[in-house]
Amino acid sequence: MIGRREVLAGLVLTAFVRPASATPERMAAAIAAFSGNATPKPGRIHLEIAKLIDNGNTVPITVTVESPMSAADHVTDIAIFNERNPETEVIRCMLGPRAGKAEVSTRIRLATSQKLVAIARMNDGSCWTHTVDVIVALAACLEGEAP
Amino acid sequence: MARALIHMPATAKKGEIIEIRALIAHPMETGYRPGSDGKLLPQDVIRRFSCSYNGERIFAAELHPAISANPYIAFFTVATDSGTLEFSWAGDKGFAQTERMSLTVSPA
Repeated sequence: MIGRREVLAGLVLTAFVRPASATPERMAAAIAAFSGNATPKPGRIHLEIAKLIDNGNTVPITVTVESPMSAADHVTDIAIFNERNPETEVIRCMLGPRAGKAEVSTRIRLATSQKLVAIARMNDGSCWTHTVDVIVALAACLEGEAP
Repeated sequence: MARALIHMPATAKKGEIIEIRALIAHPMETGYRPGSDGKLLPQDVIRRFSCSYNGERIFAAELHPAISANPYIAFFTVATDSGTLEFSWAGDKGFAQTERMSLTVSPA
């Protein structure tokens, strides 16, 4: 039987190993560094992810941008940011007119329920953004290896 | 050598947009997870991925610890000429791997 003392000790240990998480301020700073002078406007980009996530260890994610992907008008970069993982950056993809289609998929980790932001930068310097709130049931990166 | 899986068509028509899906076996250890001894495991992640088509870079990505273990990336490209697509991954602890796939392009 597990006594109250063990439970308390467990709680303290959990609190201790929990990593410091990124903050909305750190995310805003990372986004500003990515977009430069351009203020990201909502639209043109779509971040596709499940709203309710059972397991934060592998979450499929797809980003699509409306763009003809021609030499004159194309997406140069797509980046994803989060506000509560230990690090605010997730991925940054560099594309060009050779992509033909501005769509990228990957699988990510989510430490907790939080906001995710995708930003696309066009060759004319404009930036477009889409924000999604997700709920994570089982968090990634808190549990360690099996003893 | 880590196991790498690349899915893409072997043939395409000129101008066709093809999907490329690349996955590589790698733990992507974040540096924020405790090991069995309670100490944090050192960070070991793939930092960069790039794809070049007949020598020209057509796609690249910077990866962070928030990418899942066995990183999977899917993207698109326009089939222009027959040739070789080269996929490279690079990361912590000197991780570097390159895979090649050939593509045969028929006239549209």
